[in-house]
Amino acid sequence: MLEFFSLRDGPTTEEEPAVTLEAFAGQTNASAVRIEVGEDARLLLPHLEQIRLVEVNFPVFGDGRGYSAARILREAGYTGEIRACGDVLVDQLNAMVRCGFDSFAPNHPLDPTALKAALSRYPHPYQKAVDPNRPVWAYRHG
Amino acid sequence: MYQYDQYDQAMVDARVAEFRDQTARRLAGKLTEDQFKPLRLMNGLYLQLHAYMLRVAIPYGTLSGKQMHMLGHIARKYDRDYAHFTTRQNLQYNWIKLSDAPDILADLASVEMHAIQTSGNCIRNISSDQYAGVSADEVTDPRPLAELLRQWSSFHPEFTYLPRKFKIAVIASAEDRSAMRLHDIGLELVEQDGVIGAKVFAGGGMGRTPMIAPMIRDFVRFEEIVSYLEACLRVYNRYGRRDNKYKARIKILVHEMGADEYRRQVEEEFAQMKTLGLDPPLAELERIAAFFAPPAYETGLSDAIDLSDPDFAVWVDQQIAAHKVPGYAIVNISLKPTGGIPGDASSDQIDLIADLAEKYSFDELRVTHAQNIVLAHVKKADLYAIWQALVAADLATPNLDLIGDIIACPGLDYCSLANARSIPVSQKIQQRFADIERQKDLGELKLKISGCINACGHHHAGHIGILGVDRKGVENYQLLFGGSGAEDVSIGQIVGPGFDEDGVVDAIEKATNVYLAQREEGERFVDTYRRIGMKPFKEALYA
Repeated sequence: MLEFFSLRDGPTTEEEPAVTLEAFAGQTNASAVRIEVGEDARLLLPHLEQIRLVEVNFPVFGDGRGYSAARILREAGYTGEIRACGDVLVDQLNAMVRCGFDSFAPNHPLDPTALKAALSRYPHPYQKAVDPNRPVWAYRHG
Repeated sequence: MYQYDQYDQAMVDARVAEFRDQTARRLAGKLTEDQFKPLRLMNGLYLQLHAYMLRVAIPYGTLSGKQMHMLGHIARKYDRDYAHFTTRQNLQYNWIKLSDAPDILADLASVEMHAIQTSGNCIRNISSDQYAGVSADEVTDPRPLAELLRQWSSFHPEFTYLPRKFKIAVIASAEDRSAMRLHDIGLELVEQDGVIGAKVFAGGGMGRTPMIAPMIRDFVRFEEIVSYLEACLRVYNRYGRRDNKYKARIKILVHEMGADEYRRQVEEEFAQMKTLGLDPPLAELERIAAFFAPPAYETGLSDAIDLSDPDFAVWVDQQIAAHKVPGYAIVNISLKPTGGIPGDASSDQIDLIADLAEKYSFDELRVTHAQNIVLAHVKKADLYAIWQALVAADLATPNLDLIGDIIACPGLDYCSLANARSIPVSQKIQQRFADIERQKDLGELKLKISGCINACGHHHAGHIGILGVDRKGVENYQLLFGGSGAEDVSIGQIVGPGFDEDGVVDAIEKATNVYLAQREEGERFVDTYRRIGMKPFKEALYA
C-alpha cells in the first residue's frame, strides 16, 4: 500500500515543511506552500519562480476546489510539484492528474494495483486540460 | 441522430469496466458506503426508500428505436417491467439490485447509452428542445451543440466535485419548451450579424429557492462557448457555497454576489481561458451537426388528414404540432393516462413506441421535460395508423398541455427525500377532470406537483403548482399560482394555507371555476391570474 507516490521524473522534492499561504505572503524565501480549501491559488502567481512544491489539501474528497487551484497554477506556467494531500481516493486520481497534480499524499494508503488501473482506464479524454493528453476532438481532426 | 465513433464507444466501455470494479470493491467491503456513494451517484445510482434507483441519461432527450427497445429490455429483465421518464428527459428504474448495475450499464453501452453523470455534484445531462430540428422558429438545431457539450462535460477533470449539481439546457427558438431559464446555465442560440452563437443565462433553478436566471452575456461565438462555460464553472467551483447544501447551487452564488459581479469575474476568467486552446474547432461542431441533418423527407405530400373518426380528430387536435416540412407532423405521445402515474411506461409500451419510431419517424424519438414522448417526423398520412396503435396501448390520451398532462415527481411512494405523496394527488386531479372536453375548455393549464421543497416536480413553474409538505405527520398540500417554465418564465406564488389530499383537488376545481367566470377572449388560466391577481382566487378558495 502506498502512503506517498509521485509521477514526477527524478528524485522527489526535498522535504521542506510547507508554509501556510498566509505565512508565505509574509516571508520571501519559502519554496513550499500549502493551500487550504477556500484559499486563492492566484495569490501565488507572482512568486512561481521561487516555489518548488505546492501542497493542496483535500479535507474531504467531495470538496473540489483543489482541482481548480492546481489547474490555475499550471495554466500560469508553474512546473514545480503539486501534491494532493488529505482525503485523496483512488477514483479521484485520474482527474487530479489531468488538473496538474503530480504527487499524492493520501490519508489512507492506496492500493498500487487499483491505482495503476485508475490511471490507465481512460485512454483519450474528451476535453483539453493541463495534462499532455490530447482531447478526442484533436484526434478526430488530425 | 448522433452515432458513437471508436472514441465515444471506448469511453462508455471504460466506464462500465470502472464501475464493475468499483461495485466489486464495494460488495467486497473495500469501499465504505460513504466512499462508494459519490462513485455510484456519478453513474446515476441512488439508494431510495425501497431499492436502488438507476437513472439513465438520454442526452438532450433524443434516442433511436434500438435504444428505446433496450430501455424496455432492461425494465423487463432487471426491474418490475416498467420505467419512469423524468423532467430531465432521462429515464429511471426504481427497483434495481446493486449487483445487477454493472450488467445494466454494459447493456446500455451496447446501444451507445450510459448513466454517466446523471447524478452527483457534476454537470448533468444536457437538456434541449423536444422539437429541435423540426420547428419552424428555430435559428438552428440546438442538439449538435448539446452533444458537443455532453462530450466536453463528460469526466470533466475540474468540475466533477462541484458545490452541487449543475444543469445546462440548450434551446434555439424564442419559444422555450425546455424551461431554459430555470437551469444553472441556459443557452439560447441566436443569430447576430449572420453568425450563430449563444446568449447565456446563469443562476436559474427551482428547488427551495426558485430563481430565474439573469442573462450574463448576450452573445458568445460558437468557437468560444466551451472556454466561456469553463470560466462560468470555474468561478462557481471556487466560490459557490459549500457550507450548506441548500445554498450550494450557482443560483445562490449569482444572487448573493449579484449578476454584475458574477459576470465580471467570469469575463476575467474567460479572457485568460480562451487563450488556452480549450475550444474544439468548428469542424468538430460540423462533424456532429452532420448526424443531425434532416432525414430524407418525401416531397409533394398532402397536408390533408381524414378526421372522420371523431376520437381521432380530438387526438389530432391536441397532440399534433406543426412540422416545418409540408405533409409531416410532430406527434406527442401522452404518458399521462387518466389515473396513471405521470411519466411511467411499461416495457411493452416502451417497445411499442420504439416500433412506431422505427416504422414511422425515421427511427428517432424524443423525451420531453413534461414527461411525454415525441415522434418528430411523422407523415400525416400515417397518423391514423399510429393513433390506432397508441389507443390499443393506452397511450392516446389527448391531454397535451391540459390539466391532465401533469408533471409529478415520484414523491413519497418512492423517494427518500419526499414529505408527501405526489402520485395519488395527480391521479385524483386527473380523475376529477377526466372529461377531455372539460379539459379542452380549460385550455392550456400546466399543473406540476412536487412531493417536497426540492421541487423535482417543477411546482414553482406550474400555472398551478402543488407542493406536498409534512405538517405534524400529516401530508399537506400547498397551492401556487402563476408560475411558468416557458418563454413567459415566472415563479408561482403561494395562495395561502395548504389543504389535505382531497381538499387540494377541490381547491383546484374552484380555482378553475374562477378562471372560467373571469377569463377574457383567448386567455389561458395563467393569463387570467396575471391580470386579475390572487384576490378573487383566494376569496373562492377560502370562503
